[in-house]
Amino acid sequence: MALNVTDLRVYYRTLRGEVKALDGVTFSVADGEIMGLAGESGSGKSTLAKSLIRLDGRMRHVGGTVELDGKTMPLSDDTGMDRFRFREVSLIPQYSMSALNPTRKIGKMVGELLESRGERPERAELERRLELVGLSKDVLDRYPIELSGGMKQRVVMVVSTLLNPSLLIADEITSALDVSSQKAVATTLLGFRDRGLVTSMMVVTHDISLVYQIADTIMVMYAGRLAEKAPADVLVTAPRHPYTKQLISALPEVGVRYEDRRLTGIPGNPPSLLKPPGGCRFRDRCPLAFEQCAEQPPFAEVAPGHFVACWKAE
Amino acid sequence: MLKLDSVSKVYRVGAFGGGELRAVSDVSFEVGEGEVVSLIGESGSGKSTLGRMILRLASVSSGTITLDGRDISSIRDRKEYYRQVQGVFQDPFSCYNPVFRADRVFEMIKEQYFPRLGAAEWRTRVETALESVRLDPGNVLGKYPHQLSGGQLQRMLIARAVLLDIRLLVADEIISMLDASTRIDVLNLLADLRARGLGILFVTHDLSLGNYVSDRTVVLRNGKIVEMGRTDLVFGAPAHPYTRSLLASVPRLHAKWTDEVVEDVPCAYHEAQEESRTRPGLAEVEDGHFVACSGCAGAAAEEKKIKEKA
Amino acid sequence: MRNEALHFALRNRKLVVGTVVIAVFLVAGLAGPLMFDHGPNDYVGPAMAPPSGEFWFGTTTFGQDVFAQFVYGLRATFLVGVLGGVLAAAVGMVVGFVAGYRGGWVDELLNMLTNIVLVLPALVVLLIINAYLGVRSIGVQALFIGLTSWPWAARAIRAQTFSLRSRDFVDLARLSGVRTPKIILREIAPNMSSYLFLTFILLFGSAILVAASLDFIGLGPTQGVSLGLMLNNAARWSALQLGLWWWFIPPGAGITAIVGALYVMNVGLDEVFNPKLREM
Repeated sequence: MALNVTDLRVYYRTLRGEVKALDGVTFSVADGEIMGLAGESGSGKSTLAKSLIRLDGRMRHVGGTVELDGKTMPLSDDTGMDRFRFREVSLIPQYSMSALNPTRKIGKMVGELLESRGERPERAELERRLELVGLSKDVLDRYPIELSGGMKQRVVMVVSTLLNPSLLIADEITSALDVSSQKAVATTLLGFRDRGLVTSMMVVTHDISLVYQIADTIMVMYAGRLAEKAPADVLVTAPRHPYTKQLISALPEVGVRYEDRRLTGIPGNPPSLLKPPGGCRFRDRCPLAFEQCAEQPPFAEVAPGHFVACWKAE
Repeated sequence: MLKLDSVSKVYRVGAFGGGELRAVSDVSFEVGEGEVVSLIGESGSGKSTLGRMILRLASVSSGTITLDGRDISSIRDRKEYYRQVQGVFQDPFSCYNPVFRADRVFEMIKEQYFPRLGAAEWRTRVETALESVRLDPGNVLGKYPHQLSGGQLQRMLIARAVLLDIRLLVADEIISMLDASTRIDVLNLLADLRARGLGILFVTHDLSLGNYVSDRTVVLRNGKIVEMGRTDLVFGAPAHPYTRSLLASVPRLHAKWTDEVVEDVPCAYHEAQEESRTRPGLAEVEDGHFVACSGCAGAAAEEKKIKEKA
Repeated sequence: MRNEALHFALRNRKLVVGTVVIAVFLVAGLAGPLMFDHGPNDYVGPAMAPPSGEFWFGTTTFGQDVFAQFVYGLRATFLVGVLGGVLAAAVGMVVGFVAGYRGGWVDELLNMLTNIVLVLPALVVLLIINAYLGVRSIGVQALFIGLTSWPWAARAIRAQTFSLRSRDFVDLARLSGVRTPKIILREIAPNMSSYLFLTFILLFGSAILVAASLDFIGLGPTQGVSLGLMLNNAARWSALQLGLWWWFIPPGAGITAIVGALYVMNVGLDEVFNPKLREM
């Protein structure tokens, strides 16, 4: 098992109280697994991704544990986490375009970064990896401003995987890109895993159809909790959680036309996470809701590798 | 209704404006009443610039945009134009002045267009407009923008446009910032407006969204039209390699990406009969389905032929 | 939103202290002169008398009441600050808003003007003006200060306007048929109201300071009295050498306190308006 998350809770401090952004999630990611993490804004997917790397000042680790390759990660200990960052867990941030220091040449910056981690930069290996993502070694002698958005994104991808981390987290890295570059970036991610540069991967996105293209499994989050996790094919073709079902049926696809088939969205809004209601958090919007939903359903395995948090899922 | 006739936009760039950047070149198409036309392109294709030119937020460098045969830049009174043509933009949050309540967008319309209308009458109109975009007036009126969701804000902006009894709506990427579960509702709303006889220009980078809602599709690349025509024809039988590659990269829910087959399809433009080149740079390959040259060697060869003749 | 700002304003010690100091001086300047039936420059007492019950701040070499001069001087100082500050803020806002919103050649032209005024050696210009204008009043001084100190405000406002005008809500107002001056006034300005207020406070403070320095070097008003003129007179008649500390300490301390309080207020306001600086 590469990653084991047990009952993880991370809250945000705000002026009006604590936002329960991540409220008890339990799941695991196997060695070699690419897990897509899907959800809408406010579902907690980005909080989960960030928690595994670095808690910012407003985030508080309330409870639960995270184990990576058998070692427990000290989430709230910023310096203790340094042992894990880059080496064990690495993140490609959403705005990698702005993650590069504009006053440093790419090569120099990578060197400094590695030195700060106590590693010696190996030019040959770096060049080999740049080639892997379709960049020439010349980019090392260029300034970030001379590269396009897609190129910078790929540079960051190379940098964050340089130390062969066992878990790579990609946070919405395709959402700002055009369709054609989306495909290129997504296939590059796939290549990282296939070449063994990273062991497992968590791809955070709001776009299920995109993550379906590369992921082995997809996990859907709703209002700070897990809704469903299943092999990608199963989740897309035979979802069991009512939220996943409605979400997938709301996605227009090429070929679906308004005249032929009118799709419908999910009525209502997600609950506020300042004071979330008890029980199942999807209850208010759920067409299947009944009395038992006032009680929180467990995230139970209904078929091998298929977990659902719903009383009505068989 | 709305007609673009070889519209171009040139920006001056570089020191002292010496250089030129053609954001849009020679674009011509029409939007009829009760018709949804989707303008599809990637970033830098000039699709948003076109939208802004139609909304008169950017000037037209050359060519003309006409509304019912009247050059829009000759309509001196902007209000008269905006009474008929309105826009909704990508980011619902930045469309609201954060200092004020969200319903101020309606007040602005009242102040400018219906200053004499009674408060009660106006309130009924606003409520009707909100109901027509499936919002509960009691839920959204009197709130600040940060208290509402992106979907609600975006629907309020559509309601604002509807208050004016407009004939054309320019919808610039209006759902790309929304969550998947509310996206489709806003998209359906556009279809409802179309049923009421509105013309809609739907600007998007997302092919599946464009495909879902539009009657005709215009595909832009680097400011030029590469293909346009009825949506079912453009998506069903794409004639330009760029359209094909776009379609191939769209992530689909029930089919995984296939590795691109290197195709050796002849250029549709140069394959077509000379007579079918009814528009500059575009050939009509079938009824109402136009395609541009794929960038093949045909263009150079033809030029040579013409020179030889001369 | 308003209440939230007020909530933090009342709890901000810097802001409260600064406001109280300014208010005290303002009241002294407004009400103080009513206590006297003589003018500030009348010779009413014995020469060089130290502070006493009759003459609170003592008298000058010529037997003028220093306290009367001080409160009258406060009036002049506030007047110069307000007039100069308002004028500079007005010019800076008009130039900044128009340049930032219109852009293009208008912006270039106004920018050029701003830069010219910015590098203008104000003192030299004043000396020249001085040669032409025999009689100078507080109004003329305020006018001069207002017309020379707006450039940095204009530049700051221009930059802010520039970033706000490309926001979608400005486009939406244009689509609603709202005219440009109204867009600037109703859409752009409210978004930087705190910023504009801070700008005014700073201009107010700097106008007082500039006026005091001009007075001190003898380029102040030819009639009337101000804190700067008091210092100028004290220095001219060797108050320091004669040990008449009561003549120069009150005006010096007054200027320092007012300008200092304004800057402290500015910092406090900044904390109130900027959520990032609020102490949680």
